[in-house]
Amino acid sequence: MSSYNLSHLDQLESEAIYIFREVAAQFEKPVILFSGGKDSITMVHLAQKAFWPAKIPFPLLHIDTGHNFPEALEFRDNLAEKYKVNLDVGLVQDSIDKGTAVEEKGINPSRNTLQSITLLEKLEEGQYDAAFGGGRRDEEKARAKERFFSHRDDFGQWDPKNQRPELWNLYNGKKAPGESFRIFPISNWTEMDVWQYIKKEKIDLPSIYFSHKREVIKRNGTLIAKSPYNTLLDGEQYEEKVIRYRTLGCMTITGAVESEADTLDKIIEEVAAARQTERGGRADDKRSEAAMEDRKRQGYF
Amino acid sequence: MQENKENNTTDTAGYLDMDLLRFSTAGSVDDGKSTLIGRLMYDTKSIFEDQIEAVEKSSKSRGDEHINLALLTDGLKAEREQGITIDVAYRYFATPKRKFIIADTPGHVQYTRNMVTGASNVDLAIILIDARKGVIEQTKRPSFIASLLQIKHVIVCINKMDLVDYSEEVYEKIRKDYLSFDAKLEIPDIRFIPISALNGDNVVDKSEHMDWYKGPSLLWTLENVHVASDRDLIDGRFPVQWVIRPQSDEYHDFRGYAGLVSGGIFRKGEEVVVLPSGFTTKIKSIETMDGELQQAFPPMSVAMTLEDEIDVSRGDMLAKINNQPTIGQDIELMVCWLNVTPLKLGGKYTVKHTTNEARAIIKEVKYKVNVNTLEKNEGDKEVGANDIARITLKTAKPLLYDPYRKNRNTGSLIIIDDFTQQTVGAGMII
Repeated sequence: MSSYNLSHLDQLESEAIYIFREVAAQFEKPVILFSGGKDSITMVHLAQKAFWPAKIPFPLLHIDTGHNFPEALEFRDNLAEKYKVNLDVGLVQDSIDKGTAVEEKGINPSRNTLQSITLLEKLEEGQYDAAFGGGRRDEEKARAKERFFSHRDDFGQWDPKNQRPELWNLYNGKKAPGESFRIFPISNWTEMDVWQYIKKEKIDLPSIYFSHKREVIKRNGTLIAKSPYNTLLDGEQYEEKVIRYRTLGCMTITGAVESEADTLDKIIEEVAAARQTERGGRADDKRSEAAMEDRKRQGYF
Repeated sequence: MQENKENNTTDTAGYLDMDLLRFSTAGSVDDGKSTLIGRLMYDTKSIFEDQIEAVEKSSKSRGDEHINLALLTDGLKAEREQGITIDVAYRYFATPKRKFIIADTPGHVQYTRNMVTGASNVDLAIILIDARKGVIEQTKRPSFIASLLQIKHVIVCINKMDLVDYSEEVYEKIRKDYLSFDAKLEIPDIRFIPISALNGDNVVDKSEHMDWYKGPSLLWTLENVHVASDRDLIDGRFPVQWVIRPQSDEYHDFRGYAGLVSGGIFRKGEEVVVLPSGFTTKIKSIETMDGELQQAFPPMSVAMTLEDEIDVSRGDMLAKINNQPTIGQDIELMVCWLNVTPLKLGGKYTVKHTTNEARAIIKEVKYKVNVNTLEKNEGDKEVGANDIARITLKTAKPLLYDPYRKNRNTGSLIIIDDFTQQTVGAGMII
């Protein structure tokens, strides 16, 4: 490789840093949507790099479904402290109490769709005009067409047929009052890129990404953790397995994988050999072929 | 499907050394583009079981005979229903050598606009030709756009060779036809590969059906084409994007000019000029969170500190003293119109160029280009969606620019409609 060539991780990092700086310059009140997962942790690290030695000039916003892994919440609070950023938390329970969201019925009620309601309420309340998300185009078909700067109308909705063309590195963040943008700085990263970058940069992650013992039930082919939010069906029982998580979502729907991978190197090896996409364990995507696209139109990430 | 392991990198040291190739794929309707991408991803084991299962299910319900690889890439509902791709979609795959980003552009009505968008960030373009149809008007469009967008490498894939009995004659005729038309274009590196995306001939491995073809497979070519030297390493250009001023005691006096190196190599201690003010100073340091650097080159994102306290803000540019961009307000460019509302001659727009923004008036439409024949039409000044035209702009303040041919970063701009805030035009400065 010539000395004026950057590795692909360096190029992806530079691209993401460029996006962060561009948003700081073009918007009044950006916010980083923090899910607690590895992608948003990576995003916070990139934001730090973009503005170093200054602090990250945006707050973090976390939409808490109330069904989160306790390990993820603890990690979130420590991270906000470490980077000295403000943390704004939106509770789905508040939306339910207000009557703007209605709890799903059933044995493993998902609050995943409800998140969109709380998110839009929080964005409006905070008057945030740009919200960073850790979405990647390789995750899911509908995301493959997502822009870096993704325009949302007054209702926070995405119109996939009427997206602004994005050319070169010229990003158009202009908008009418009430409209906003979702920003995806790691659009071009794959799951493998994120893991390799986490290793290269020595980024800390919540413990549940690594192999551990946990009581789970197998439901529709997915291993669901024991939690106060699940009801056992007749004939179901918890069993202890050695597992880890590839993504973090609600405890009620995020599937674990059986895994002995307790170090980054072992995880990377596992990712390389994986036979399922990381969202393959997410019951929310399986509800219909266009599930993700439908949720995105409504304001989901 | 086979095991996934052999083609993936688990070796971290190797992975960190991988480089990146961005390429676009273009062609007309039904030439098998989505199938080719599906094939590249399938054969490099970049597709997972659940994706294959989902596609098998959809293929069956549509009544397709084989697994329809095109379904892997056609993302949106409307596309699946109509069987066409609507927008630019991005796809990813990697081999132990390289990571690839594909900008997959559709081949129908909005074609020019999407192809220009997809092509604006790529190092290489794949153009598909249906072996049964040969070089037709629709083949010429992507080639012209690749030339206009200054893509240095084009691979012409002559597809569906299985349907012409893998005939060398057919391949040779298409190759010659293409080259005679290509004489009008500016593409320095053109290669031809006969393939069958459906069957995988010459896609990842060399085909057993075409002994007469002595060249490498498509994937081998993608892995080995040299692109690092395509970047402008001569003209030092650093558009200032953001000024970093930490409000902390430790970095009280720190003032870092943050941006992405858009051309040339900047070295610590070197003299630079700040434009448009014209003040000269020296680079005091090149900063990143990982430590100071001795030099910075494209496309690195860094922050520079300067020896002298000069007023520098977003939209300004650092350049080499003896190699400066043009400073001007009358700008001539090729534009691709992206919006259904036509260009308004004499209309006012906002222009985004590097990290700068300016109000602008469209002064003149010189001619339109027929993207199928490459003929100039000076009589027709109506520039609508998907049209390509040569125009002149006058900006309200000076821009710091280079010809697009010399530098894609400082030579490109977008035109924004002030009322709809839509990006309506893509410009390449002449």
